[in-house]
Amino acid sequence: MNATTMNSMQRTLTALGQQEPDRVPLFLLTTLHGAKEVDLSIEEYYSRAENVIEGQMRLLKKYRSDCLYGFFYASIEVEAWGGSTIYLPDGPPLCGPPIIRRPEDIDTLQAPSVMDSPCLVRVLEAIRGLKGRVGDTVPIIGVAISPFSLPVMQMGFDKYIELIYEQPERFERLMEANIAFTVDWANTQLAAGATAICYFDPVSSSTNIPRDLYLKTGQQVAKRAISQIKGPTATHMASGRCLPIIGDIANTGTAVVGVSVLEDLSELKVAANRRVSLLGNLNGIEMRRWTPKQAEAQVKRAIAKAGRGGGFVLADNHGEIPWQVPEEVLLAIGDAVERWGRYPLDWTSDWIDPASA
Amino acid sequence: MNEFIKRFRSSLETIDRVAAESVFKEALMTLTPIEVVEQVVVPALEQVGAAWEDGSVALSQVYMSGRFCEELVERALPPSDPDRKHQPRSAIVVLSDYHMLGKRIVYSVMRASGFELFDYGRMDVDALVERALADKIRVLLISVLILPSALKVREVCARLRTAGTGIKVVVGGAPFLFDDQMWREVGADAMGRNAADAVTIVQGWMGEMQ
Repeated sequence: MNATTMNSMQRTLTALGQQEPDRVPLFLLTTLHGAKEVDLSIEEYYSRAENVIEGQMRLLKKYRSDCLYGFFYASIEVEAWGGSTIYLPDGPPLCGPPIIRRPEDIDTLQAPSVMDSPCLVRVLEAIRGLKGRVGDTVPIIGVAISPFSLPVMQMGFDKYIELIYEQPERFERLMEANIAFTVDWANTQLAAGATAICYFDPVSSSTNIPRDLYLKTGQQVAKRAISQIKGPTATHMASGRCLPIIGDIANTGTAVVGVSVLEDLSELKVAANRRVSLLGNLNGIEMRRWTPKQAEAQVKRAIAKAGRGGGFVLADNHGEIPWQVPEEVLLAIGDAVERWGRYPLDWTSDWIDPASA
Repeated sequence: MNEFIKRFRSSLETIDRVAAESVFKEALMTLTPIEVVEQVVVPALEQVGAAWEDGSVALSQVYMSGRFCEELVERALPPSDPDRKHQPRSAIVVLSDYHMLGKRIVYSVMRASGFELFDYGRMDVDALVERALADKIRVLLISVLILPSALKVREVCARLRTAGTGIKVVVGGAPFLFDDQMWREVGADAMGRNAADAVTIVQGWMGEMQ
């Protein structure tokens, strides 16, 4: 294949195959920016699949990302379980009150049917529409919150930590219900046209639980869920650390790990050992106040640390670019990838990290 | 004393409630309750907080540690105990956000360190400013998880400053950890990188405020 003619799908698949494509793929995971593009409030934007299709297509063209993002917002999954969403004018919609108010509620909890949940059907319509627009030229990323991380929204993080430590039987009962839901949700998105599923699992991050607990809980749940998902998955830590467990994450069968800016990309690349690809790790919070020059420096740094040999997709470190990040920064990121991300990355041999110089 | 701290910290990090209680009781045999708090509990929680920051301890351990310590200290040193710290009137709140874990951890660690403070739960800017002024708060601890909430701290600080109360504001939460310039940008007086940091900061202000 002529490296200069790769489309986004070819570029991404080559990188994930631990080979060097024409340039480093850029997954600019913009969600809320789509509402700005079509001049709607965030709540209006997510009320119709057509808005998201149009928003994502405009973002794809404008910022030259190598993927489309079928993600609406995290609490949409809890809506399917009977929960509610609180819309903000300038940030991601948040989850309303917990649906599990007492641990005893878990005993009778039933997983909802995806196809009977209008909110989820709307997401499927958006994925189907995006697939109709781009076919197999651009990867479409679906999202499923991991069964192990979903309870943070279902019952609150504090109560969930207590459940994990103090009520192992109820914890297992909850995982059973959640795994059934997550697998169904992921597979219906794949059937609708998603290329891969981003399996958001921040609770498994070493920021949130120790490795020994992860091996007994989050990793087991991931193995059970991912083995039933009929397509590739990217496990995302949503800004949390994962260096101590990256080999353990690879053992769950996932293809990609979304990594944090709190950890060094070079160390992560070595630890990943070509068993999983890396997705990350630009600081989405700082990004809000970057100048175009700073954006270029950060892109260059990430590529220098993790680009060589493939197995790397440049993205932010949280899995969603904040609403407050200005257009000029997103454009500068795209420019910098074009400038510094072309393989072979010979310039990286002489690159010295300004932070350590 | 170092041995007490080491054993107590170890029991916290392994989520061993029985062992934590045993070390705490052992320490009470030679120390007064406030001495156990200041010489064992606070240093152990400081170490746990620092370990979380460097990535060697996880949030679940920090949370459970704070909860255990809060329960132990509550029993040994009830809120009415005259040995409780003579502290500035303080309150903690989650601002315009629905993520409560960070505040819960800081609240536990502050109380386990001998502080009493109002728990305002979750509030928006208007309600928070009004309540803090009405309660004559001297130290306000604000916890957030999402970026829009962190940016709203600016309005809180500006309005408190306009009211001329001299309230000191300490902020904490993910946006401030990922952008270490943000706490100054929004006009806060300090940023806590972990729960134990909040204790250190408020203790530092106590001298200035007396």
